Formats: sequence, C-alpha cells, structure tokens
Amino acid sequence: MKTTKILIVGVGGQGVILCSNILAHAALKTGHDVKKSELHGMAQRGGSVTTHVIYGPKVYSPLVEEGYADVILALSNDEIERVKHYLKPDGVIIKAPDALPGRLKNPRTLSVAMLGLLAKHLDIAEDIWLESIRERVKEKFVALNIEAFNIGKEQEAINKE
Amino acid sequence: MKKLLSGNQAIARGAYEAGCKFASAYPGTPSTEILETLAAYDEIYSEWSPNEKVALEAATGAAFSNARSLAAMKHVGVNVAADPLFTLSYTGTRGGIVIITADDPGMHSSQNEQDNRHYAIAAKIPMLEPSDSQEAKDFTMRAFELSEEYDAPVLLRTTTRIAHSECLVEIGERVELDRDYAFERDQAKFVMVPAHARARHVLVEERMRQLAEYAETCKENVVEERKTDIGIITSGIAYQYVREVLPEASILKIGLVNPLPRRLIRDFAARVGKLYVIEELDPIIEKHVRSLGIEVEGKPDEFRCGEIGPAKIRSFILGASIPGASPAAKAHPPVMCPGCPHRGIFHALNRLKLLVMGDIGCYTLGVAPPLNSIDTCVDMGASISHAVGASHVVPPERQKAMVAVIGDSTFIHSGITGLINAVYNKANLTLIILDNRTTAMTGGQPHPATGRTIKGEETFRLDLVNICRACGATSVRVIDPYDLTASRAAIETATREDGVSVLITNRPCMLIDKSAWNPPYRIDEEKCSACKACLTLGCPAIVDHSTGAEKAAPEINSLLCTGCGLCGQVCKFDAIVPRETATDTTR
Ligand code: SF4
Ligand code: SF4
Repeated sequence: MKTTKILIVGVGGQGVILCSNILAHAALKTGHDVKKSELHGMAQRGGSVTTHVIYGPKVYSPLVEEGYADVILALSNDEIERVKHYLKPDGVIIKAPDALPGRLKNPRTLSVAMLGLLAKHLDIAEDIWLESIRERVKEKFVALNIEAFNIGKEQEAINKE
Repeated sequence: MKKLLSGNQAIARGAYEAGCKFASAYPGTPSTEILETLAAYDEIYSEWSPNEKVALEAATGAAFSNARSLAAMKHVGVNVAADPLFTLSYTGTRGGIVIITADDPGMHSSQNEQDNRHYAIAAKIPMLEPSDSQEAKDFTMRAFELSEEYDAPVLLRTTTRIAHSECLVEIGERVELDRDYAFERDQAKFVMVPAHARARHVLVEERMRQLAEYAETCKENVVEERKTDIGIITSGIAYQYVREVLPEASILKIGLVNPLPRRLIRDFAARVGKLYVIEELDPIIEKHVRSLGIEVEGKPDEFRCGEIGPAKIRSFILGASIPGASPAAKAHPPVMCPGCPHRGIFHALNRLKLLVMGDIGCYTLGVAPPLNSIDTCVDMGASISHAVGASHVVPPERQKAMVAVIGDSTFIHSGITGLINAVYNKANLTLIILDNRTTAMTGGQPHPATGRTIKGEETFRLDLVNICRACGATSVRVIDPYDLTASRAAIETATREDGVSVLITNRPCMLIDKSAWNPPYRIDEEKCSACKACLTLGCPAIVDHSTGAEKAAPEINSLLCTGCGLCGQVCKFDAIVPRETATDTTR
C-alpha cells in the first residue's frame, strides 16, 4: 500500500476545510494512518486556502512536498497556478467542470460535489464516503450534500492542463 | 481509542487527562483552539483573559494554590506575558504550571516569526517541543509532572504545523488528583523581594543543572538508529519532514529543547558519519552542538526565514532543486469580509486622506487596496501610543490628520493604558474603536465587553464609552459604521477638535449572527454608469466585469452579499438596490 498525497485548494468560504475533513475521515475509516494540515486565522479571510491530506500505512510529514502530490483538487480554477508545482510528474489535477455548478441545487455544495470527482481517483469505498459526509455535514444538509456528491461522481473531470 | 486531533486539541486533551484544573488564554492564532477545546470540560475552570500577561498571572495564582494550571498564547503573546514568566521561573510553583507558546514560522497569521525557544533559555525554564498531536498530548501531561518534580514552570512550544495539523491520538481517561487546593504561605518562595529572589536564583541554577542531567536519559529525547552514514539531530515538526525525505537516516529527536543534552549528542555524533542539525527558524540546537566542539552542518542561513518544509531539507542534504510556483501564480490575499462593519470607516479614512496608526486584528486588512488606510501595525495596542508619539513631534496642523484605529478586544488587551497616556500627556489625536463585539480575527471569541464568558455564561459587560470617559476623554461619540455620511462627518468633526477625541462604532461582526443579514443587493444595469465608485469599497461580493478599456456594470454575488447597504450609499446613480427576496436560504 502506498501513501496518497492530496492538496485541496480554493478560496476562504468555499468549503475547503469541510472537504478535507470529509476526506481525512473517509481515509481513516478505510484503515489508513492520516495527517491533515490547514491554516486558521488571517489565512481564512476570503484569501487563498490550501489543505494537505495525506494517508497511507504510516504518514510522517503533514505537508505535501513540492513535486510529490498525487492529486490536486481545485475548488477554484484560479488557485491551480499557485500550487501546480506540488504535483508529481504523473499526478492529476481535478478541476470543477464548467457545467457542474449549474447542476447543483445549491452552489454551496460545490465542495462536496468535488469530492465526488475525487472519489473516482481514490481507493475509498462508496459507503465510507457517504458515512463520512453524514458525520461531517449539518444534519439538515446531509441529503443535499449526498446528492451533490453523486452529481460530482457523474462528472468527467478535466484533469490535465 | 484513537481520534484524529489537531495539536491544539491534543494539548487540551492532555491537560484534561493530567487533572488540570485551571486554564486561561488570550486568543491568538495558532493557539486559540486549545482553550476553546478545554472550555468544553466541566472539570476545568477556563477563561479568556483580557491579555496574555493576565492569563499567565491568573494561571500562576491557581498553580500557587496547588492546582495544575495551563496558560496558552501565541508566540508574540509570550512577549506580553514575559514579565510574570521570568520571575515565575524563580518562584517555581506548587501545582504544575504549563505555558503553551504557539510559534508561527512562515507568519501565516502573525506580524513576526520569533523563535520562542529563546525564552526558555533566557528565563531558565524547561521547554518541551512535540512533533505531532500524540506527542502534543503526551508532552503536555509530562510537562505537568516535570513542573511539579523540578519546581519550575514548563514551556511547551508548538508551531503552526503542529497546532493545526491533525493526526491520530490515543485517548485516555482523566485522573482526578487527590490533593488539597489551598494557598499555603511561603514568603521566601512566593515573595520575590531581592533577598528572597537572590536565594531563589541559586535554586534555579541548580534546577537547570538537574534538568540538563534529565535531558541525557529522558524519554522525550529519542535516538533512532538506522543507517549511520548520515545522522540528523532535529526536533518538532522538522522531525516529520526529515523522516519523509531521509527515511534511512539515523535521527536524534530532541523533545526537551531546553536544556539540551550534551553526552547524548556526543554519543550520537560519534556513531554517525556526517552530522546535520535540521531545525526550523534559529540555529539554537546547531549552536549548542558546535559549543560542544562537534563538527556539524547546519541549514543555510536563508532557511532561518520561513518554514523549513520537506523540499528545503531535500535540497539542503540531497542537493535536489526545489520546484517553485510559476511566476504568474498569485495567491489571493485575505480580504475584509463582505458586509464587514469596518469597511465604511476605512472608506471614509481613505477619502479624508488621514494617516492611520493601526493595530492587530481583522481591521489590519484595511491596509489592502482599494481601502489602503492603515499606516502602522506593530503590536497589540500600539495604534494609540503611535499616534501619541507622533502627535508630540509633528507640527500642530498635522496632528489631527492622525487617527488611531483599534478593535474592541485589542483595546481591552492593551489599548486602555495607551488612551490613559494620550489624555494624561495631552496628546492631540482621534481614536476610533472599531467595536464589533468579538475577537473576530481568531474566530469570534467573547471578551469583557461582550458580556459573556468562554463558557457562554452571562457576566458584567464592560462599557467602552464609560471606560474612555474614565480615562479622561471628554469627546466620546458612538457612530453607526453602516451610515457612510454620518461616519465621515463624525470623523471630520473629531479631527477638528483639540485634544483626544474618541469614536466608537456600534455594529457587530457580521459573522456572529448570520440571521441578522439583510437580503442581498443587486446592480440595476439600466441605471449603472459603470463609474466603479462601488468598487472603491473593496467588498469581495462586488465583482468587476470591465476588461481593459471596456466598461461594464459590476455585479453583486448574492451568495456573498450580506445586504449591509454600503455600496448603495456610494452609488450616485441609484443603481444598487436590495433584491426583493433573499435567494439563498442555506446561510
Ligand atoms: S457605483 Fe453605481 S454606477 Fe458606479 S459602477 Fe457601481 S453600480 Fe455602477
Ligand atoms: S450590500 Fe454591497 S457592500 Fe454590503 S455586502 Fe452587499 S455588496 Fe458588499
């Protein structure tokens, strides 16, 4: 089993932190060692946000090293340029397809829909994703977010520059 | 049971399990969540103190009364608490007392990146530094024991990546301590008059000698023997990066960063080929190793700035190049939130072309264009004192062009003494207290002027108007920052008055209560002349659609707009109007 290193990028308020929480707990439930790194404070006032999620048999650094990310999940395409150098040579960038926001009942579920796109690249079982979403999202928004996750899964990700 | 915990949550858990009874802090990134987590435990008295000095003194009182107590602060908070800290080192304690210093290499949310290991050395206090959340918990528990065993306050240093990274932590049970909680008189120990302090200093030196001995064999310092061609001495988060980049290297991981071991380092150095020290920020361990006469390679001088990170270690030891961001890449800087009650004041300050002595808080974001109206930012409470100093040297006609802005929480933290000084020494200045009734930058913690405690209990609410009057300010006005014309007029009036004038804004941070948001505004394209006046507010909800010379009506993002109405006030064409109904029901 290898270690998987993921960067999630976006701007404050987009749900980057929620997204990385759901992912980290899904990896944990799958039986991996997990580390997750994020920033609070000044870094959260609408500016660029990056979280690092790493899982595998044993994780040391909570930060993904430049040139070693397996996946960059971009909630905002403007943020990709800033972190592209983190990607490993055969790594994958997952962007939001232009049509995706239009398909969502509520634009605030974009981050969870993006997890649907991410799920296709990772070895985490469907029911574990759903369980993790249920645990991390406010109860009255669970159905909405699971729907968004499923819509995300149906999308074809544009994953090469 | 194992749980995914941040370093901050793990510290709180460690304190809880260790039987801690008292915890205090002033919020500060990256330390804030420690007290927020502790406040949920009924067994622990916890408080937001007005500043770090008060927090440490209160924790000291509890510790003198035999309780295990904890005070948490960010690195620059220790500067504020340094006065009690250095003498607490002399008195020692009864109950264990642990001080958390959360450093911020890389300055993600700070005004400097000082390395607080220097405090442990200067104050002669033992310091532990965990390398992940599990150690954050274990070391916190150990710190209470060490404090009691060695009669010393103990510093626990984290950095942002420890504080805000989550890893798995084994959860245990709380152990309730069987002891009397009472303050027992001992004047030779607790009353630091010179005669007593001289005697205590001798004990401090003796204690540090014993701790240096402890450092040789303690569990917190670990030798990991692997291949011996390369040996690395490291500590804290840097250990994790080293493991990542050099999985085969032998490592001496220092958990007790003050005092540092000698024999342990000598033995390790003798067993490995090339010896390196990898530490973030200042070369403290490196200098210590050199002082032992051991040949060692430390990181390049330029790596003293910023976080160390795996890529820097790879480049330093393995000679790899560090992939850099493309030059075209720009990070979005943090911005003042849509609907922020500070915005209108900064818009007015900008229009009036005033010099603005700034302070520490969300409103520091007023430095960014287009508001562009903060001219100093150094430390908590400094705005008023900067204005006082400047007002005493610049010519009279310039004095009142000088304004100090400070937030409510910062004013209580250390602005009140500045105001007393301003009045007492007859300064000529305008002070604007941006009262948004919370400590907003760190996520909205209550403070004495909110009337609520950390546990949400009602309490006396400090009246800022009365405080200012009591300090001797005779001109004190409350203004509505959402009324642009009135705010601007009030600032103009204040800056024309002699002496100290105080303006206090009265709108809460819009993140506190989202139900108070108004329906969002929209721009009527028919009426809009594309003059862009609304864009001078710098509201992130207003999107500029013009490209080059091509003019276009801006648009308001209804998901972000809180309906504060400011943009409607700056538009001279009545193009900005509220939407009839809120379109978004999820916020
Ligand atoms: S201030 Fe009014 S007229 Fe000018 S660009 Fe904004 S909406 Fe259009
Ligand atoms: S009303 Fe105008 S200034 Fe206020 S939040 Fe909405 S767009 Fe921004």
